[in-house]
Amino acid sequence: MRVALFVTCLVDLFRPTIGFAAVKLLEQAGCTVEVPRAQTCCGQPAYNSGDRSDATAIALQVFDAFAGYDHVVAPSGSCAGMIRQHYPELFTGDPVNLPRAQELAGRTWELTSFLVDVCRMRAVTARWDREVTYHDACSGLRELGVKLQPRHLLASVAGLRLRELPGAEVCCGFGGTFCIKYPDISDKMVTDKEADIVATGAEAVLAGDLGCLLNIAGKLYRQGRRIEVRHVAEVLAGMTEEAPPIGEAR
Amino acid sequence: MLATSRTFVANARAGLANENLQHALGLARTGFPLRRGLAIERLPEFEALRETGRSIKDHTLEHLDFYLELYESKVVASGGKVHWARTPQEVCAAVLQICRSVGAKLVTKGKSMIAEEVGLNEFLEANGITPVETDLGEYIIQLRHEPPSHIIAPAIHLIKEQVAETFRAEHRSLDPDRSLAEPRQMCDEARAVLRPRFLAADVGITGANFLVAETGSSIIVTNEGNGDLTQTLPRVHIVVTSLEKLVPTLEDAVTLLRLLARSATGQEFSSYTTISTGPRRPGDLDGPEQYHVVLLDNGRSELIGTEFQDMLRCIRCSACINHCPVYAAAGGHAYGWVYPGPMGAVLTPSLIGIEEAGHLPNASTFCGRCESVCPVKIPLPKMMRHWREREYARKLSPPVYRTGLSVWAWVARRPALYHALAEVACRVLGWAGRERGRFRALPLASVWTRVRDMPAPEGRSFHSLWAERRN
Amino acid sequence: MSEARERILAGIRSSLNRGHLDPKAEAELRAHIAAHRRNLVPARATTLDHPQRVELFVTMAEEVQATVTRASSLAVVPEAVAHYLAAENLPAELVMAPDPSLDAIPREMRPLLRIRRGRAEAADKVSLTPCHAAIAETGTLLLVSGPQTPTTLNFLPDTHIVVVRGDQVVATYEDSLDRLRAARGSEALPRVINFITGPSRTADIEQHIELGAHGPRRLHIVLVEDGQATRSVEDDEQRSAPAE
Repeated sequence: MRVALFVTCLVDLFRPTIGFAAVKLLEQAGCTVEVPRAQTCCGQPAYNSGDRSDATAIALQVFDAFAGYDHVVAPSGSCAGMIRQHYPELFTGDPVNLPRAQELAGRTWELTSFLVDVCRMRAVTARWDREVTYHDACSGLRELGVKLQPRHLLASVAGLRLRELPGAEVCCGFGGTFCIKYPDISDKMVTDKEADIVATGAEAVLAGDLGCLLNIAGKLYRQGRRIEVRHVAEVLAGMTEEAPPIGEAR
Repeated sequence: MLATSRTFVANARAGLANENLQHALGLARTGFPLRRGLAIERLPEFEALRETGRSIKDHTLEHLDFYLELYESKVVASGGKVHWARTPQEVCAAVLQICRSVGAKLVTKGKSMIAEEVGLNEFLEANGITPVETDLGEYIIQLRHEPPSHIIAPAIHLIKEQVAETFRAEHRSLDPDRSLAEPRQMCDEARAVLRPRFLAADVGITGANFLVAETGSSIIVTNEGNGDLTQTLPRVHIVVTSLEKLVPTLEDAVTLLRLLARSATGQEFSSYTTISTGPRRPGDLDGPEQYHVVLLDNGRSELIGTEFQDMLRCIRCSACINHCPVYAAAGGHAYGWVYPGPMGAVLTPSLIGIEEAGHLPNASTFCGRCESVCPVKIPLPKMMRHWREREYARKLSPPVYRTGLSVWAWVARRPALYHALAEVACRVLGWAGRERGRFRALPLASVWTRVRDMPAPEGRSFHSLWAERRN
Repeated sequence: MSEARERILAGIRSSLNRGHLDPKAEAELRAHIAAHRRNLVPARATTLDHPQRVELFVTMAEEVQATVTRASSLAVVPEAVAHYLAAENLPAELVMAPDPSLDAIPREMRPLLRIRRGRAEAADKVSLTPCHAAIAETGTLLLVSGPQTPTTLNFLPDTHIVVVRGDQVVATYEDSLDRLRAARGSEALPRVINFITGPSRTADIEQHIELGAHGPRRLHIVLVEDGQATRSVEDDEQRSAPAE
């Protein structure tokens, strides 16, 4: 299958390792992977701020950049959700672009969901000796039904023990511009998340969205915790030796 | 009720700093979801019923004129009267006129959010009539001169010590040394204090969870029984309610009732669900002599046919509020008006205006938990986004965000430029953060770094690395 | 106010982008209403036979802190009631609904049980009423208002005792409404239909559940299963006798 990687702006800027982990996993699943150069953002910041016009313009760019691939895969439930759920809403009533939006939506996936639900991947070959807990990023969970897929694959990582996080499904407080506009409330939410993570006794916390991970990692460090924060893709791809955890220097 | 939604940020900050509130919210934010979860586990048909509930409400809204006229004809046929009110002022005027017509001095009240919406208590007091709240939570906050912080548990923001303090201060004829350490004692005291009020009231005012067009009935759902005493004992019963409470038949009401208690408190059914039709009948030994329904619009009819119509499906269960992490952090008073949480974020701007209530639909991460628990499947985040669209179009959002967004979008539409700038930013920030891997402070990001570290970028953009590896 | 009425209705029609519904559409809606069509009904109690429904009713009612004893006939009810009141340390007097369905209950079975018939007054501590139906799905009682069944009996006294006959147990709320409609025939539905599920309660203070907020603190059900009682009042007496 010819798969195009939707990098996401956060991965591009903050942590390319996640992009390479995604490529590695997709190739392990038997896909040929390309990365269209003419991609930047999915348009969600504009969309969620009520700026439909900019969101539409960016979406049209995405249609062009990702035309012709069998599938589009993003290591982010938030961006994949934007394309799958919200692009069709963005083009409601547009006879030309609505079909394009629906067509693209039908072949766009969050990474772990693609690996398990489409590629039928059942196990990875990675090894990581850790007690790990997992945060369910909201968009992936509620817009795309991503819940069991990362857990399936993590269960196959040699040496990894998963402890479920109480409140795994409660928002971490990132919410894009929310954490800037309502910082006090955001701080309370991430503080609660941090307390829940610490209470599990886990050595590491994983999630499928870098926005959540930056938020959670930032809080853990500020609270003086020594809990490793990584994207689930890095662990599944066996790249934990190649890159330090989020927020650690090389 | 006077709105303080404009100062949402300051309200929220006060809520976050309020230790009693935080303790109370801590109990609620795990308790409610747990109990609801247990209840719906026991009902395999729950998911299917959500869809049924949604379609009952949608159908009713599409034919609301028909059902309202039918409803009115049935109320009249059973000996009651319907008073139509476009505005809060018309509601207050209608209630006052009814009270005056029977020389009412004392009015007991079952819980009514519409009464809060129109400021009924203040209005009655200003006109020499004493309203006494009878729902325990409403009674407590009435004594404290506070607004409700939740639509079904109005005093949820208080800890028991605060309630005890209030009772000691307000129930002055009782022994000042009596113990009020436990909820049991306070409950018994409220029961004893309010019983004579129930018996002495001239008029009883309730809300309505549902109105049934088929029969001209009002339905109230309580656990305390206060609503029933309020509407049965006085000579006059006034139902203060709104247009969208209507459902076509008793069978439709029963379907929605199966969703309501489970979604609200995790109960199978509330202790008292009462269907009332008209005043007392010949031969009845009790019941009100007069039955009035005051039916409020206040902009609801204008929501029909708009992108906000779905909000009119709301059955006021509070599931969205109980599952909202923003509500759980800031508390209900932060929202500044009658309706808090996600349903308040959507409904409030439509009732008091987006200029007043603009913060409410913005103070959300769109986590979607509210929509996932709504028994009638209201797409709450979507409608909050529609409010944001309206604000954006009217330039109501702060200029710094609009500009920042415009710049970002402009660059994002120029991939070559974007990639060049991205690579520069990565190298600069990556280099600046190379020693620790994160920043304790970062210019332009101080809002973030005030309370969290900021992980440093790895130092190269993905696209530039990918281009290199391809060659 | 009629101006408000016209404006509101006109506003709704304008929002819906139409005028009045045409007569055919209206007739369809009226027919739909008259059919009393049921929506999806949970299977919980519908797949049970009658004895199982009765058991489910009892289980669900007890789950919400109603108490249940069984009696073999209406004639035994006063004894069961007196026994209950004594066990709860309550005075042996009550106000009873003047309803024909309770006529078979002898008024002078035990000299210590004083019974008055009528509506409830402020001083009444215990009431005794019939019900119209007992709904198994959630242990809910359906009571209706009427000249012989005043509503105050259900709410004013501290203790509310309800006589339920086995044949009044139905599976669902819809069944109870059908039963009510059948009983009323062409007569309009009663002024008040009470669905009562357990005693009064509140959780308004720190979410502690306390019984007896404003309505009755105790809801006691005497389940009369003529000839089919699995327990009798005598068995209950023995069971609650102090252990040696």
